[in-house]
Amino acid sequence: MSPAVNISKINKKYGNLHALRDINFSIEKSSYFGLLGPNGAGKSTLINIMAGLVIPTSGAIEIMGYNVSTMWRKARMSVGIVPQELVYDSFFTVREMLRLQSGYFGYGSENYPWIDQLIESLRLTEKSGENLQRLSGGMKRRVLIAQALVHKPRVIVLDEPTAGVDVELRQVLWDLTRELHGEGHTILLTTHYIEEAEALCQEIAILDKGRLVAMDTTKDLLKRYPYRFFTIKFSEDVSARIEALPESVKKLVVSCKGKQLTLKLHREKDRIGGVLEALISAGTYIVDMQTDEPGLEEVFRALTGEHSDE
Amino acid sequence: MNNRGFFTLFAKEVWRFLKVWVQTILAPVVTVFLYLLVFASVLSDNIEVYKGVGYSEFLIPGLIMMAVLQNAFANSSSSLFQAKQNGSIIFILLSPVSSMEFYLAYVLASIVRGICVGIGVWIVTWIFTILPGYNLMMITGFAILGSGTLGSLGLIASIWADKWDHISAFQNFVILPLSFLSGVFFSIESLPPFWSKVSYFNPFFYLIDGFRFGFLGTSEISPYFSLMIGSIFFLFVSALCIGMLKSGYKLRY
Repeated sequence: MSPAVNISKINKKYGNLHALRDINFSIEKSSYFGLLGPNGAGKSTLINIMAGLVIPTSGAIEIMGYNVSTMWRKARMSVGIVPQELVYDSFFTVREMLRLQSGYFGYGSENYPWIDQLIESLRLTEKSGENLQRLSGGMKRRVLIAQALVHKPRVIVLDEPTAGVDVELRQVLWDLTRELHGEGHTILLTTHYIEEAEALCQEIAILDKGRLVAMDTTKDLLKRYPYRFFTIKFSEDVSARIEALPESVKKLVVSCKGKQLTLKLHREKDRIGGVLEALISAGTYIVDMQTDEPGLEEVFRALTGEHSDE
Repeated sequence: MNNRGFFTLFAKEVWRFLKVWVQTILAPVVTVFLYLLVFASVLSDNIEVYKGVGYSEFLIPGLIMMAVLQNAFANSSSSLFQAKQNGSIIFILLSPVSSMEFYLAYVLASIVRGICVGIGVWIVTWIFTILPGYNLMMITGFAILGSGTLGSLGLIASIWADKWDHISAFQNFVILPLSFLSGVFFSIESLPPFWSKVSYFNPFFYLIDGFRFGFLGTSEISPYFSLMIGSIFFLFVSALCIGMLKSGYKLRY
């Protein structure tokens, strides 16, 4: 069975800038896939190559088995792209635009019930007769999503769909993408919100400076980070006593806020028992403690050497 | 072939200019009416361009064709460039519409706008004189050929342009001089010999001269020769335009 998206040896150069270098990976059908990376990592370039908006310097991409360059009609019928920018045609209303977009994909009035359904699911009913120019940013984002879904594509690509949107719309989008995923659609999501990718995606690829630096299931990606956080609450303020703590504990300190001390422990090298013994021997009185597993944020930072934009 | 995709894009382009018909149809008709008011009223009794043809009769077909050409250019150039500027062009680029379908949809819409404006101008000219239609086939043929050519040029200009200044430069330094120096207002035979010869290299001259023949039954050169030159020019700009669209020049990076 061919994958939903097969990316093979993609390179893209803009003059001296090597925007993408030998990108190879596949996205299985019906998966919810996350593409992460700092600004300028090449995420949008890769998506635009999938969409046919950017021509690769070398390599090929297939969507549902159709090469985006040689079998472009079928490839474009198979994918719906939600662009990052809020673009719209100021001459038309929401319903007119959706019907036009449906027409470009070869559909006529038989597709109108689906358009009505999209308008309803994206809570656009009240705005369906409004000119696109008069809509708020959030509403325009909803229209872009409806436009991407108008031809019922098997693969849906969302390029930063929740950037700058309010909590309500973010929830609507999450629910909609989960629903589409549940119906068997393949979802490719790029986002700057790491916790969003962690909550939604089954598999994640991380791009950095045009290179694929990691690709794994979200679960296994999290396991790659060898540390966990150990937070201890003391009976009194310990911030003044940090220097007096044993060296074996002091080197593990990440933060110290009043009575609370957070340590970063290596899963294999640092033992919690040893840390506790050292602290008790130093004369501290422990009130409470907890361990926190690392999130995707830590994995992302470790792999890219950068902070996310969140 | 994505017939429905092509037809939707064509319908959208026509719908777009009809939504703003005051600006796209009425305004050019009024402009030509003002030209006629000034030139025809002042000069009609004093000039006879061809034997038995008064200045108004000479001027009207030229003005109609000039309006057809300029509006066909304006339609494709403004629509595509606006879509490029605001990014909404991606809705078409993401869809399974081929370069040829894209080209045909935009050019046909330009032809429709050019002919709508041409009919509007022709009706307004009845105030001055009612022209006989000597050869309706020639009138229609040259109107379609001319607006198709300028629709293609409008696409080329908008694909090439990076800012509105570029579109306006193309309009002011290419389209306008070629329109004005094509024998709309005068017979090119009345120009100094050098400029008269230069005018024969202006493809707009053949489009206007052939169109005028359709109304008056007389022209400076054979309408069939004009048809041939006009067709060659149309095929040249169409090939250039389709080539630009196929290569993705300034549209797909």
